Formats: sequence, structure tokens, C-alpha cells
Amino acid sequence: MNIVVCMKETPSITAVKRFTADMRLERRKEDAEINPFDEYALEEGLRQREKHGGEVIALCMGPVTATENIRKALAIGADRGVLVTDPALEGSDAIGTARALAAALQKLGFDLALFGSAAADSYGGVVPAAVAEVLGQPLLSFASKLEIADGRAKIERAAETGYQVAEAAIPALVSVIQTINVPRYPSMKGIMQSKKKPIDTFSLADLGVDATLVGVAGAREKATGSSPVDTQRKGELFSGNDGAADRIVAFLVEQKVL
Amino acid sequence: MRFSPEHEMFRQSIRKFVERELNPHVDEWEEAGAWPGHAVLKQMGALGFLGLTYPEEYGGQGLDFWYTVIFCEELAKTNCAGAPMGITVHTDMCTPALAQHGSHELKRQFLEPSLRGEYVGCIAVTEPDAGSDVASIRTRARPDGDDWVITGRKLFITNGAQADWACVLARTSDEPGAHGMSLIIVPTTSPGFSVSRTLRKLGNHSSDTAELIFDNVRVPKANTIGEEGMGFILQMRQFQRERLVGAILSYSSMEKVVRETIAYTQQRRAFGAALIEQQAIHFRLAELLTEIEALRALCYDATERFVAGEDITRLASMAKLKGGRLSREVTDSCLQYYGGMGYMEETPIARAYRDARLLSIGGGADEVMLGIIARQEGMLPQKTRPRQG
Ligand SMILES: Cc1cc2nc3c(=O)[nH]c(=O)nc-3n(C[C@H](O)[C@H](O)[C@H](O)COP(=O)(O)OP(=O)(O)OC[C@H]3O[C@@H](n4cnc5c(N)ncnc54)[C@H](O)[C@@H]3O)c2cc1C
Repeated sequence: MNIVVCMKETPSITAVKRFTADMRLERRKEDAEINPFDEYALEEGLRQREKHGGEVIALCMGPVTATENIRKALAIGADRGVLVTDPALEGSDAIGTARALAAALQKLGFDLALFGSAAADSYGGVVPAAVAEVLGQPLLSFASKLEIADGRAKIERAAETGYQVAEAAIPALVSVIQTINVPRYPSMKGIMQSKKKPIDTFSLADLGVDATLVGVAGAREKATGSSPVDTQRKGELFSGNDGAADRIVAFLVEQKVL
Repeated sequence: MRFSPEHEMFRQSIRKFVERELNPHVDEWEEAGAWPGHAVLKQMGALGFLGLTYPEEYGGQGLDFWYTVIFCEELAKTNCAGAPMGITVHTDMCTPALAQHGSHELKRQFLEPSLRGEYVGCIAVTEPDAGSDVASIRTRARPDGDDWVITGRKLFITNGAQADWACVLARTSDEPGAHGMSLIIVPTTSPGFSVSRTLRKLGNHSSDTAELIFDNVRVPKANTIGEEGMGFILQMRQFQRERLVGAILSYSSMEKVVRETIAYTQQRRAFGAALIEQQAIHFRLAELLTEIEALRALCYDATERFVAGEDITRLASMAKLKGGRLSREVTDSCLQYYGGMGYMEETPIARAYRDARLLSIGGGADEVMLGIIARQEGMLPQKTRPRQG
């Protein structure tokens, strides 16, 4: 089975976020890591390969320096990497990203394309659906379980009361959530093998994508401002025997925890 | 460049391992007085973390010692010193002589399963009546046909209560002093072997420390590491690695302690300003970070020479000495800046303060290090009998 895992490079969650003058997230190489949500997609790809055989390709659209994070995916277990990189891709919104990824997926060919549920930098969560739309292929989204059998992909999707089951013929796209598996660590052996595994690079021209439809040029979404989250903590103290428990329960209900 | 992209990838992998597999359990292990050696080493063995520099033939990775430096730097970020000590006793204190001088058969039997994480090892040198003065140990291995029959006691043995085998330093002839000793691998399932007690300690609570009894324990002579009679010298060499590893663990955990203290004093306010704005405090913390960096540089220098195959007795002893002394200073100063919070069990600095006290004693006391350094520098007349080094 041909499995392609789409992974984004995102600034580490703990890194201090700054914006450029045109309101784009400033990306520093030293903060870049594999989008944590995509680690689950990669793990799922490796598990499906273990069951069904085939190959896992780590596909990333990003700057040239993203090869380092692709290399990490290879250390974790992917067979080869593909980097889609082009100066014209800079500033792409979700639609632009989807166009580039869709073109790469088409070029690579796949039975299963896996995605994380969202990216830790933008939390848009729409790229998988947009890629599916561009390709005209089914997306099984937010999978907490994935089974491939008889040429079909079947997922479970957590719902408020139980779960939904959805299925589609492969080739199919699947986005996964964090409960689907526990990602493995790169082993020493994996790390040492990673430098021998190939990473191919595709430009927009290689993919035949029109540069005016991606990057800043093609972006329909534009960030216009940002403000820091108010991190002032407001503590509320309930104490004494005098109805404290009731007030805590009322508070939890109000916060929709209960 | 010291660290290649592979080194860096390894750093991230071990860092994640510490965050996800060790730190969440540390409080429980500290409470229990032991880390679960078999479970943890099994996980680490599967990832290939246990035999970084050991031959691939026996399940090691055949890598350079810089990987061990990274291993220690990241292990030191565990929220206690006990578990990392238990782990590094296994990886770098009881196994180096076996890996370098053990017979093929002995390595198959003990090194290989240890690198897979199936066996936990320990190093048994210290005795009730011989610690600093290693040359005066009394544990005796009598020859009997093809076997040794071992009798004696070993004290303060890390991993001792859960180890599957011990690397034991014992007398194998009547020659006095440093001569006539051998390093012998003793399976802890051998009849006559017992753990007489596990010891309660000031710190390093998540590491089990035991007294071991050898009552006519019979093991094949083939369990001797290297040549008979070479035990003292092999152990002195093994100590070099132990001491360097101890020093590396120390500067990395000190750095963590200082950075946590900076964060705490940045948000703790007194006299209308953050505590860190007191010059006495930020000067002191800046000074300590400087000393920590100096120790790191010393360890890197020692590593460079170690990798090049040079004798690092002098530098490893200096690094261990400085590591022990500085750990005490750093944790004492940092605890001070936490005020009453620092004295509370719930604040990590309290544990760090307790744990830090060990390095000036274990693996050779500060004074023993000073003696070695003085001898290495040729300060003393030749007649001085060699002890630890
Ligand atoms: C938690 C813990 C774990 C340990 N783990 C192990 C282990 O796994 N395996 C193992 O074999 N041992 C282990 N040890 C033992 C450790 O190596 C010894 O405690 C150490 O070498 C000191 O020996 P001693 O305790 O017998 O002290 P002593 O030899 O009695 O020395 C006491 C003190 O006297 C001073 N002193 C000694 N010699 C000199 C000198 N020449 N000049 C000036 N002052 C001197 C020093 O201040 C020294 O601290 C461990 C100890 C502890 C506390």
C-alpha cells in the first residue's frame, strides 16, 4: 500500500510567537518541529504499513530547511521524504497549501493520504478537506480508529454520545486525532538509517502548479491584526463547609465541565 | 561541529523519552524508594539507548562518546537524580570493563541481554570497611577447580536490590594492596548471594541502594573480566568513565535548577520588584551559570580526549570534583532564593538539594579526587601508594 503522510513544520508550542510586518508568523528554524498533531498521522501510516506492507512517504510543504524535520520522520520510520518548496509558496493560505499538496499527492500516487487534525500554529484544520476537494477524492476526517480492508478505509469518529463509523473506497484521505495511537520515538537504529533514506524536492514547476494560485499572490485569507491572550489568572476560592461543594458544582456546570 | 544532525535527533528522542516516560512517574518512584529498572530499561533497550558506544555485535550502537554526553545531558533533565543514576550505573558504570575486556562468551551471556534491557546490572566495589581505600577490600574469591567461590560483603550498591548480575571486585590472590584482585561477573540468582537490606538515604530516593552478601557464591572462573589479577586496574579505568558521566549529569541538572530558579525569582515579588532584580541574586545566578558552562567545557575537553583514546584520569577527576562541589553550591544558593517555598517538599529544588549532596561522595569522594589530581600532577614523591587511580 502506498501511504503518504502530510506533515507540516510548525514552531514548537513553547516557542515565543512573533509576527512579521505583514502579519505572518515569524518562523525561526531553531523552533521548527513536526506539527505535533501530524505525529499521529505518521504513526498511523507506519502501523498500516506494518499490517499491509508498502511504503510510507513523508510529504511536507515548507522552506528548504524543513528537510531536517522530514529527516526526523525518516528516523521515526518513514521510507522516504518529499519536500515541496518554492519561493512562490511563501505566504500560502489553506487553499494555496491544499493546491500544492494535492498536486504532489497526484504526482506521487497514493492509496492512503494521512493528515493530522490541525496544525499547531494556525489551528485551521481545513487543509485535509481542501486537498480532498481539489483531488475530488473522499476525506474521512477526525478518525480515532482506522481499518483498511477489501479496498476500503473505515474509520471511527468520536461523537458526543458514542462514535460514528464512516467508510470510503481507497484511494482515500484520512485525518486523524490524538486518541488514535501513541506515536513512537525515533530509535537509535532509525536515526542512523535516516541519513541514508532519500528526500526528493519538488518545485511548483515540477508539480505544474500555477504560481499565481498559491503563496501571497493566491491567498484569499489575510491576517490583519493580532493581540495577546489575556493571561491574567483569576482565581476563585471556595472554602468552608458552608455550601462550598454546591458552589463548585454550580461553577463546573456553568463552565460546561459537568 | 561537535554535534551532527544525527546527534541532535538523538537528543530530541531522549528528551521526549524523559518527558513522557520518566518524569510523569518520578514522584511515585521517589516514594517507593526505587525505579522500576526492568520496565524502564526494556523500553530504552528497544530504542537502542542502552549500548550507545558498545559494539554492534552485542546489541550496542558502536557510536562515539558524544552520544553518551547527549544521553547524560538529557537524562539529567529528569525531575530527580536517582533514576538517572540507576540508568547510568547500568549503561556506563558496571558495563564498560565487560564491554571492553570481557570474553566473547561473557559478553553474549551478560552484556547482550543488558543492552536489550532484559538484565539490570550493578557495580559492587565498596565494602563496609573499604570505600575510598579500594585497595583494602576484603571480599575474597577462592579458586576451586574451574570456579571461584566468593565470600564477602558489598555496601551502598546502586541497583543492588534489583540487579540480575553484579560486576564484583574481589581478591583472587594473597598479594596485598592493589594487586591480586579481579573483576568477576556474579549472577544474583547464584546460591549464597543475598541482599541483606536496602538502605534509606538522604537523597536519590528513586534509586535503590543495597548491601549485598556473598556467602560461598560459586561462579565459573570464566566469569572473570579480562585477566585474573587485573581487577584493580580495570576498575580504575572503569571509574574514569563513571566520573565523567557523573560530572556531565551534574552540570546539566545544575543548569536546569538555575533556570528554574531564574523563572521563579522573575515572578516572585518582594520590596516592589521581582526578586531577580536584586543584584545580589542575579549576580549570583549569572556567576553560577558561568561556572556551569566552565564545567561543561571541561567535560567536553575530557570527552574529546576520551574519544581520541587518551587517558583522561586527570580531567575526569577534575570534572567529578568540580561537579560535586558546584552541585552543592548551586542547589544551596538556589534553594535560598526560593525562601520558604524552597524548603517545601512540593518544590523541586528541595529534592535537587538533597540529591546534589551525593556527587562529592559517590564514585570516589572529593578528597580522593584531589589525591588523584595531585599525583597526576606529580606533586607527591613516587613512593605514594596508588589508590583510586
Ligand atoms: C547513594 C550511594 C550510592 C553508591 N553506589 C555505589 C555503587 O553502586 N557501587 C559501589 O561500589 N559503591 C557505591 N557507593 C559507595 C561510594 O563509592 C563510597 O561511599 C565512596 O567511595 C566513599 O567511601 P566510604 O563511604 O567508605 O567513605 P570513607 O572511605 O570512609 O571516607 C569517608 C570520608 O573521608 C574522607 N577521605 C577519605 N579518604 C581520604 C583521603 N585520602 N584524604 C582525605 N580525606 C579522605 C572523605 O571526605 C570521605 O568522604 C555509593 C554510595 C552512595 C552514598
